[in-house]
Amino acid sequence: MNVDFGVLAAAKVDSGDTAWMLVATALVLMMTPALGLFYAGLVRSKNTLNTFMMCLAAIAVATVTWAAIGYSLAFSEGGGFIGGFDHVFLQDVTFAPREGSTIPHLVFFAFQATFCIITTALISGAVVERMRFGAFLLFAALWSVVVYAVLAHWAFGPGWLFERGTLDFAGGVPVEMGSGFSALAAALVVGARKDYGRQALLPHNAVYVLLGAGLLWFGWFGFNGGSGFNTGQNSILAFTNTLLTPACTLLAWFVLDALRGRRVTAIGAATAIIVGCVAITPAGGFVSPGFAMLLGVLAALPCYAVITYRTRTRVDETLDVLAAHGVAGFTGILFIGFFAQLSWNGIADGWAFGSLEQLGDQALAALAAPAYAFTVTYLLLRLIGAVTPLRATEHQEALGMDVIQHGEEAYVTGEGAILVTAEAGVDAEVPVVQP
Amino acid sequence: MKLVIGIVRPEKANEVLEALYRAEVRGLSMSRVQGHGGELDRVETYRGTTVKMGLAEKVRFEIAVSDEFVEPTIEALCEGARTGDVGDGKIFVVPLERVVRIRTGETDHGAVTPVRS
Repeated sequence: MNVDFGVLAAAKVDSGDTAWMLVATALVLMMTPALGLFYAGLVRSKNTLNTFMMCLAAIAVATVTWAAIGYSLAFSEGGGFIGGFDHVFLQDVTFAPREGSTIPHLVFFAFQATFCIITTALISGAVVERMRFGAFLLFAALWSVVVYAVLAHWAFGPGWLFERGTLDFAGGVPVEMGSGFSALAAALVVGARKDYGRQALLPHNAVYVLLGAGLLWFGWFGFNGGSGFNTGQNSILAFTNTLLTPACTLLAWFVLDALRGRRVTAIGAATAIIVGCVAITPAGGFVSPGFAMLLGVLAALPCYAVITYRTRTRVDETLDVLAAHGVAGFTGILFIGFFAQLSWNGIADGWAFGSLEQLGDQALAALAAPAYAFTVTYLLLRLIGAVTPLRATEHQEALGMDVIQHGEEAYVTGEGAILVTAEAGVDAEVPVVQP
Repeated sequence: MKLVIGIVRPEKANEVLEALYRAEVRGLSMSRVQGHGGELDRVETYRGTTVKMGLAEKVRFEIAVSDEFVEPTIEALCEGARTGDVGDGKIFVVPLERVVRIRTGETDHGAVTPVRS
């Protein structure tokens, strides 16, 4: 049943589309705690909570900046580079549908907010185990506006890539390349962990990693399936491709793992799920299911290579955001230029089906987005670093960020813990026998 | 023969292992323990419940060595584990009465001497 709110005569809210978008928004929001679980499993146990908290912090910070200014800069009319101030503090974001869509503007806003949140959270993967929590909060607030909102404007809003006809279904430009190349810049500015390259820094809980990856995949059906903002054919295509591509990446990763180390690894499998989901993110609604499966296999190759190579360098891009998101997103964006199919997407053909022009538009995005994300993030962190220290001291890093930054531990036993009562206060003598 | 027991900070365990390796001390055991050595207590808060952590995580090395290896072992432990702050840990050296290597039945000096491979 269509409901006419009567604000815009032509635009109607479709109840089916809206119902799906409400669910999709919740699914994408769930991806951020899922990412927290994924990341927390990959770090050492003394940094579990801090790593998870960076993802939760992104929800807190990016939601506020998005409502305040980010959404307006991304989605209101402005220049080709950046939007205007029409929707600052949700001005004119109401029940009436956004122009060209069949869902209430408020739902569109919330859905896009969850994208800004997870992208901000993704970058934390480059700086875990050493960056100060306060500095990260400041970084998240500024990054979500000066990098994410700008890239979202380029690709989704009425920005220059969008106007040219560059195709990006669910965020290869702002989310995947935006986070991946920003992560590289962040790792370079913040610097390597003190033990990096000297000790084996191993994931402390592979089950968290697998569970996190599984939940991310689940949420990604909302991420990609919702990016058509309706229940139309492109959305259905993207939804199903979100099943096909990661499954193929997973299989390809099994083969690569087996060829390289004779064993198929669990953490490799979790990484493959992410790589596959990322690769289909830009291409989801534009390529046929068959080519989506091909993309799954193809995307595994450069990402696997970058992960293998990165660990041999001095660059401590700790959780490989560049490989899993930047490179996979890059692959997906270019793939559209080759294999987009008009008969499936109703919009444009790629090179393989006769249109070379589309590849040019895709290549432009694949160059401009990484360049912007890397440069601005680099400068932004240098700026923040001039105001406040970016990282904890070596001594604090050794003790672990959980105790230092949050005063909590993930795996606390409670043995030897003495309750501090209000009367006694924290300075009271602890009744432990002194040696 | 002595049993050298070193209780060190967990974050220094890897450096201790490296120092021991350089000192050519090969056979050792390691376990996680909790203890208190006069350092400042950590105050943690869980949903309004504030606690003082009276016991700190430590790593305990147990190394049985022949007499000529006692000093190098102690030096390696000190070198690897020292930060200069309270809580760096302690080393206890205790005499060993008997040592038996289970695989071969070798005893005492032979049993604490690493196998040359």
